[in-house]
Amino acid sequence: MQQIIYFFQKFKYFLFFLFLECIALTLTFNNLNFHKSKFVNSANSVTGIFYTTLSNSKEYLSLKSKNQSLQEENTQLKNDLERNKLFFSTDILVLDTVKYHQKYTYTEAKIINNNYSKPHNFLTINRGVNEGIVKEMAVINRKGIIGITENVSNNYTRVQSILNKNSNINARLKGNTAYFGTLKWNSIDYNTVQLHDIPRQAPLKIGDTIETGGKSTIFPEGIPIGTVSKINKRNTANSKINVTLFNDMSNLENVYVVKNLHKQEIQLLENNSNE
Amino acid sequence: MNKSLHLSLFFLFLLGLQVLILNNINFLGYINPFLYIAFIFLYPLKENKFPLLFFSFMLGISIDFFSDSGGIHAFSTLFIAYTRLFFVKLYFRKIPSDYPFFKLNSESIGKVFNFVVTLTVIHHLIYFSFASFSFQNISIVLLNTLYSSIFTLILFFLGTSIFKKSK
Repeated sequence: MQQIIYFFQKFKYFLFFLFLECIALTLTFNNLNFHKSKFVNSANSVTGIFYTTLSNSKEYLSLKSKNQSLQEENTQLKNDLERNKLFFSTDILVLDTVKYHQKYTYTEAKIINNNYSKPHNFLTINRGVNEGIVKEMAVINRKGIIGITENVSNNYTRVQSILNKNSNINARLKGNTAYFGTLKWNSIDYNTVQLHDIPRQAPLKIGDTIETGGKSTIFPEGIPIGTVSKINKRNTANSKINVTLFNDMSNLENVYVVKNLHKQEIQLLENNSNE
Repeated sequence: MNKSLHLSLFFLFLLGLQVLILNNINFLGYINPFLYIAFIFLYPLKENKFPLLFFSFMLGISIDFFSDSGGIHAFSTLFIAYTRLFFVKLYFRKIPSDYPFFKLNSESIGKVFNFVVTLTVIHHLIYFSFASFSFQNISIVLLNTLYSSIFTLILFFLGTSIFKKSK
């Protein structure tokens, strides 16, 4: 017994050090796991209030460009509406079917904290459980995709950015051919992501547009991502294609969170067939 | 009392500086300094190591909360806090009875430089290895460590020289 007490006396600093290091390591490993990260994240009330104050004061510096971007989006939406007006206005039955086929709802949100220089990047947005945000919802803006919601608190949500080494997103070539692959990031350049597993026979050219494939329950189909900027000459099965993003990931502010209304139904069906 | 108040203000000042300003610099796209480790260099030397270990862990974990990095800052900060005494003995050749009179400003610049550079490089190397978390981009880890260390060291020596003269 005395030996044990003597041992603790002698190594008390080292044991305390080891204890704290173990806590830090556990938090680190949990943070890398999409389904386990719970404790240390910026979606809590303290950091949330801090970052909200900061982003509120920074907001005034970019009002002009934000206004411009909103106007462009409005024009685009108005044009889309005009193109579909004939379809909508023919008879009342169509309106009902439109309602019936609604699959997604959109919630606006503001990014209050943005990271893009690390291998595992996260964003924080100012919407949470109170606004109906849950885990694994898509986050997009006018120009393209941004990430997937991860940790949700009452008023804030942490978003796993597409600039994260753990991010896997289904993407495809825009056009008639429906060749699809997986979008990942190699943590080098924040303007470029990599498209993996695209079939060899896919007719790729530099400048082709890549969009979301709609094969998952998270992202709607056809959201733009970027353009092909580099193709390996020997186009083998495991070759990667560099995709330059439409979004400037270092300069983001207003985003939309997309909720898939059919998600539960799809997941229930998929889980049943697995058994 | 005055001294502990001074230290807690210094803690909050470094936390705010790191989170509000230094984490958003992104020089050349990705280089950020980690000046908050100045807390460990300037914390007074004591026989009892528990307060330093505890406060450095708290500082690291607070920065982790803000920058969404799990526990990486806490891990690396705690590591240099623990090894600090070893390097003090190695570079300054102090014995425990000298600790209350030890001040970084009054030591010769060469020794201080060695001490600060060693701890900074260790901290940054641990931080970037954990942040990248793979052996594939080891060259990127080393380059990041180099650039960020230089940035941190410039800021640290500039800061200490400015505050030294005003006193």
